[in-house]
Amino acid sequence: MRFVDEYRDAAAARAVAVELADVAAGLPHVKLMEVCGGHTHAIYRHGLDALLPENVELVHGPGCPVCVIPMGRVDDGISLAEHPEVTFTSFGDMLRVPGGRHRSLLEAKARGADVRIVYSPLDALALAVREPERQVVFFGVGFETTAPATALTLRRARELGVENFSVFCNHVLIGPALRAILDSPDTDIAGFVGPGHVSTVIGTSPYTFVAADYGRPVVVAGFEPTDILQAVLMLLRQLRAGTARVENQYGRVVRPAGNTVALAALEEVFEVRDDFEWRGLGAIPRSGLRIAEDYAHWDAERRFEVPGARIEDPKACRCGDVLRGRAKPWECKVFGTACTPERPLGTCMVSSEGACAAYHAYGRHKVLA
Amino acid sequence: MSDVVTLADGAGGKASRRLVERLFLEELRNPLLETLDDAAVVSANGTRLAFTTDSYVVRPLRFPGSDIGELAVNGTVNDLAVSGATPLALTAGFVLEEGFPLDELRGLTRSMGRAAERAGVAVAAGDTKVVERGAADGLYVTTAGVGLLDPRVELDARRVRAGDRVLLSGGLAEHGIAVMLARGNLQLEFDVESDSAPVHELASALCGFGAELRWMRDPTRGGLATLLNELVAAAGASVVLDERAIPVRDDVRAACELLGIDPLYVANEGKLVAVVSAEAADDALAALRAHPLGAQAALIGEVRSDDLPLVLADTPFGGSRIVDMMVGDPLPRIC
Amino acid sequence: MCLGIPGQVLTLDGDGLAKVDFGGVRRDVSVAFTPEVEAGEWVLVHVGFALATIDEEEAQATLALLGEAIDAELAEA
Repeated sequence: MRFVDEYRDAAAARAVAVELADVAAGLPHVKLMEVCGGHTHAIYRHGLDALLPENVELVHGPGCPVCVIPMGRVDDGISLAEHPEVTFTSFGDMLRVPGGRHRSLLEAKARGADVRIVYSPLDALALAVREPERQVVFFGVGFETTAPATALTLRRARELGVENFSVFCNHVLIGPALRAILDSPDTDIAGFVGPGHVSTVIGTSPYTFVAADYGRPVVVAGFEPTDILQAVLMLLRQLRAGTARVENQYGRVVRPAGNTVALAALEEVFEVRDDFEWRGLGAIPRSGLRIAEDYAHWDAERRFEVPGARIEDPKACRCGDVLRGRAKPWECKVFGTACTPERPLGTCMVSSEGACAAYHAYGRHKVLA
Repeated sequence: MSDVVTLADGAGGKASRRLVERLFLEELRNPLLETLDDAAVVSANGTRLAFTTDSYVVRPLRFPGSDIGELAVNGTVNDLAVSGATPLALTAGFVLEEGFPLDELRGLTRSMGRAAERAGVAVAAGDTKVVERGAADGLYVTTAGVGLLDPRVELDARRVRAGDRVLLSGGLAEHGIAVMLARGNLQLEFDVESDSAPVHELASALCGFGAELRWMRDPTRGGLATLLNELVAAAGASVVLDERAIPVRDDVRAACELLGIDPLYVANEGKLVAVVSAEAADDALAALRAHPLGAQAALIGEVRSDDLPLVLADTPFGGSRIVDMMVGDPLPRIC
Repeated sequence: MCLGIPGQVLTLDGDGLAKVDFGGVRRDVSVAFTPEVEAGEWVLVHVGFALATIDEEEAQATLALLGEAIDAELAEA
């Protein structure tokens, strides 16, 4: 595939690795966080850790929208799906995510709930038009990358007057999550590999505070192997030079101002919640979106009763530490035992992008060996 | 374990394995079943027969490149073939929903007939049941088959040795992706067809290598990854794959990228995987490539002795990763 | 966190939709967020929405850096 294969070139990756080794040689042990689960997945999938210098440690951040949905919200989704008149639509990612009592949407489906996978929220809206006797609810999850799609779908629903469609909104914002990590005591992360696809929407300026207020460099990066390695190289060069700036490795799709049309859609359809709970990280102020008054009619939380129960993160699980870069997946007692991709206990094991799941799937042998 | 059956229990991955081991094997335990191979080996008066069965519930009933009728024949023929047997005869059982169109039934049955002819096997007995409207979704087919085991080979994962090579007869993931997209709910247009085909001639060509051929399987549900995990568990040795060597058509790879699905976990219906000795590997590969169904055959990996048997993939970047058993049916993901 | 796949716009179909080709797989994609896009251009698609047009010059620039890294390595070897 064009714009993919050329950035998967092994010779180029090795050449960047040589430069990496050079630059890293003048540095102490450094921890860099890749914010985005897509990067985590790519690093393990392609075995990129083999190309990193020994003193460069990658820490896996909170950028997996599926993983950070708290169990109480998953239960709310399941409860919506269990309404007999509801057809509950979701991206495939959410189906195996367990709520409280270890129940997932997949199990709700097995017990008779009408749960269907969609590729796009527009497909959910089309389903509502095709099946007017059903109440179609879309499970809106994701960062600013995905939220515009939901926003545009809601706008369409209003234009077309589709009465049997609504959204259960769980969209979250990346900036406040980064701030929460930087604010947590003894954070020793030296720099950030910034999330490439979120940045197509929000641009690069929302990361300015990381550099200006916290003195950490950020490099927004693409998702192919050479993209990630180049971004790490750019971060190391900044660390060597003692600078903290926001740079953009992913210029082919990320513009500094982001996508202004998409940002305007977010502004119109959503408003920021006072706070939102993140699995593993707890409540973070102004980190989640809800549907604005103008679109209240299409808000599943206002159309249906949802239990809204809060469920504590499991005590044994150290996801909060893993997400803050204070623990590696295998340092958690329940990793691979009580907590596996099949029966995830904590957020990091939930999606194939979660740090623990990625490590469980792709990296386990390095610890076992 | 959930206290009801979920779709994952039938997807061919970890959950399926657990259901078989913890429920069916516990209740039905006997030496023939215990091997949990694709086909059981039954001896009668000195003749060794392979015996197998499979049910087909694929939706839609027709999809690009094949249909449930052809699949039901090829699937059972393939289970016999990779057990080292020449298929002799099949049976077919139909569960039909009241109201199912006869034209449709005739078309699918005709397709079964053609597939049986292609594989040189007779559908020798059958059964039909009709259930009330709503009690089944159109039509389900169960086939069973019996085959004569090739005396030249003894296929057993426990005969797999370090240094043995792993061969794959062609590109991965065509069936699974073709069916997933034919369901239509992903709104993707795609020209790839299911690879449904009988692999008995490929299998038979490999049986010519006698004791050098250690083990064969067809990578259906759960894909190559799940199959190789079953192999390493039974063999007590690891398999190291060379990721670049694994054939996947460009458009199939693109579909997998789009859906966030790993082709190693997607179903195939016309491929086989074989483990052969290092000495025989080149000739065995040539034998596969000499057949039209094996034109894209490749040497994809090697068996390595290991205290902790795993399936690993060496990536082009000098690293390696675990290729774990499938957890549940691959679901399209957005992140 | 979010799968974004590059695809090439085949046709603009009106109503904010375009037919996009992803290496042999085609789908209707909303181009509401990239209103300026033209047929033949490449876009980055996430959940059925084009989020950005792909800048060919920037893409080449990134590749050029990789080329330089390879040259530097060869020169040293």
